[in-house]
Amino acid sequence: MQSLVIVAHGSHLNPDSSAPTYAHADTIRAAGAFDEVRTGFWKEEPHFREVLRTVEGDDVYVVPLFVSEGYFTEQVIPRELRLDDWDVAEWDSDGLSADQATLVAEDIEREVHYCGPVGTHEAMTDVIVRRAESVTGDPDVGDGVGLAVVGHGTERNENSAKAVEYHADRIRDRDRFDEVRALYMDEDPEVDDLPDFFESEDVVLVPLFIADGYHTQEDIPEDVGLCDDYTEGYDVPTVVDDTRVWYAGAVGTEPLMADVVLERAADAGADLGGALEDVRQTTRVATGD
Amino acid sequence: MGDTTAPSSTSVPAIELPSEAFDAVLDELATRDPDEPLRFEGVTVEAEASDDDVATTYRLDPAGKEPQTGLSEAALHEALDARASAVTDWYAFEHVVGEFGPRRAFLRWIEDADGETVASRYAALAEGITRAWGELRITATVTDRGARRYDVRHVDDAGTPVEDLDRYDDPLEARELVTTDAAGRYRPLKTAPTLRDGWAFTDLGPKAVYETVETIYPATVPNWHREREGDLDVSHWRETMARQSGIYGVVKTWDRGEGYEHVNWVAEACCADSQCLKRREWEYDEETDLDVDGGDGVFPCREPCSLVVSAARKWTRLESEQPRSYTFDLTPSEKEQLEAIVDAVADGRAAEIREADVKDGANRLRARFLRAKRFDDDGTLCGVATDPDDAE
Repeated sequence: MQSLVIVAHGSHLNPDSSAPTYAHADTIRAAGAFDEVRTGFWKEEPHFREVLRTVEGDDVYVVPLFVSEGYFTEQVIPRELRLDDWDVAEWDSDGLSADQATLVAEDIEREVHYCGPVGTHEAMTDVIVRRAESVTGDPDVGDGVGLAVVGHGTERNENSAKAVEYHADRIRDRDRFDEVRALYMDEDPEVDDLPDFFESEDVVLVPLFIADGYHTQEDIPEDVGLCDDYTEGYDVPTVVDDTRVWYAGAVGTEPLMADVVLERAADAGADLGGALEDVRQTTRVATGD
Repeated sequence: MGDTTAPSSTSVPAIELPSEAFDAVLDELATRDPDEPLRFEGVTVEAEASDDDVATTYRLDPAGKEPQTGLSEAALHEALDARASAVTDWYAFEHVVGEFGPRRAFLRWIEDADGETVASRYAALAEGITRAWGELRITATVTDRGARRYDVRHVDDAGTPVEDLDRYDDPLEARELVTTDAAGRYRPLKTAPTLRDGWAFTDLGPKAVYETVETIYPATVPNWHREREGDLDVSHWRETMARQSGIYGVVKTWDRGEGYEHVNWVAEACCADSQCLKRREWEYDEETDLDVDGGDGVFPCREPCSLVVSAARKWTRLESEQPRSYTFDLTPSEKEQLEAIVDAVADGRAAEIREADVKDGANRLRARFLRAKRFDDDGTLCGVATDPDDAE
């Protein structure tokens, strides 16, 4: 019996935090590749500490719904899941290349496949592009348009910036958008000065965040100048200093994220049948214009 | 257990043996050794040794009666149809509920399958067996083919006609019910006694009722099951705080080896039944119990939850302050009013106090009057500076 466990941050204050986790879990359930799909959280229930005991299957894949490798994926999740003998060296990662580690979870005395985070998987690049398509309503968006991929920056976590750069580079190499920039909230180049970094009249701004919350709904819109006060809201697009900014909100809310979760499990050995193709098809509907 | 109806001695319903249950019996017998009979309540059945050219015959051994041997498949069907309650009971748990320990234990507990006979359970199921789980009211019934069906609703809706409730049948739909309370506020703790009412999951099968409960009260059944099995992994306050890292690493400094009164206060604030329906099983440490009652919940709490850890982080900082003496001039009624306001907020009662109920010290108009009279323009009580160095 093959089981998928999606682990995510969650929130004590904001129900939007876990909403994408539930949405992607539902998409994957509908694709039918797993006998069960469970969700576990750091701030909600079931907690990381208790999620594995809700799992019935004996072939268990744990996929962290986090944007980068770092404190959560390397320390908190393995500790709270009680993965015996976890050592970050198991991933042999340069900060972007964590794939999976197979370890016994002491809580259930069974092996689990602990996967790298969704945010650093190469398939995440497609989700960022899809997000740009969704927010502009244009499945061919790119020509004459700039793309800004925005992350926290190194003050929080060195690997966070690595993930942002990685995807920005990959999108730039596709020659689809006129310009692609990696921008940050707390280091240069800063998202506050967005129009300075682009010549294009239209710029799509995609935050590399899992869920909408304080950073994507309050910080970035105010920093970029989409609004003076986030409670007043903003239009998409909004013109800032002659640049038309298409603000996408958290990339993690894009339905295609379910595909990255599946890719992570497949890389760790899960048998998905035709689920990957199913999910790519069903999530495509969401971009219809 | 409050809301429980014990199996009664009303009449046993007529049960018809469904073909899927009989087929499952035949499949099971085909895989067993002849000396490993299949046991139903009151009767065992086994396949008799046969060679490949002859149809299998069966032996049926009713407890306390003469065994029947050489039964054809048709004769076996007839004999088992006469004992359809026992056979469908086996089928329900072995083939529909399945092996997963928490689910199996929970569904057997609902109808006391490890205590009562099939006959008395089926009689009780015909009437409906009801169990409480937190704020849930779960009612189990049986169809005339021996299948279990379940109804889940809020305990407060026990007497409400189902037509008056919002009907659901997909367990995952329960997520929308648990996200906010009746006032529309986000519920950060799923076991808080703030589950809203007005809905019903009806005609659920065994797996669906389990998933519904798992969605509303995550991991409570697995933890309850582990406790019943004697292996609940309780993590006490000290070890839980010692495990914290990052921004929560500071909480371990709150324990200063000067007793555990602060943890009593945490448990009284966060873990009382009025705040969380789990029964607190964790203590200060392995040797030191807290002085506060753990509550009466049916499912256990095995360690301080993330909400408690977050609050403890805040209290660690606040409690590092030293007390100071302040002097305020208040009338006796004003002192009591402050106490009433703290009580009303702590008990979640502030919003319920009627607009014009000026007898209640926590009434809004009373609070506004006190503020107008006793606070200065900076919002300072009686003009007394919080930090004496700030006093003018």
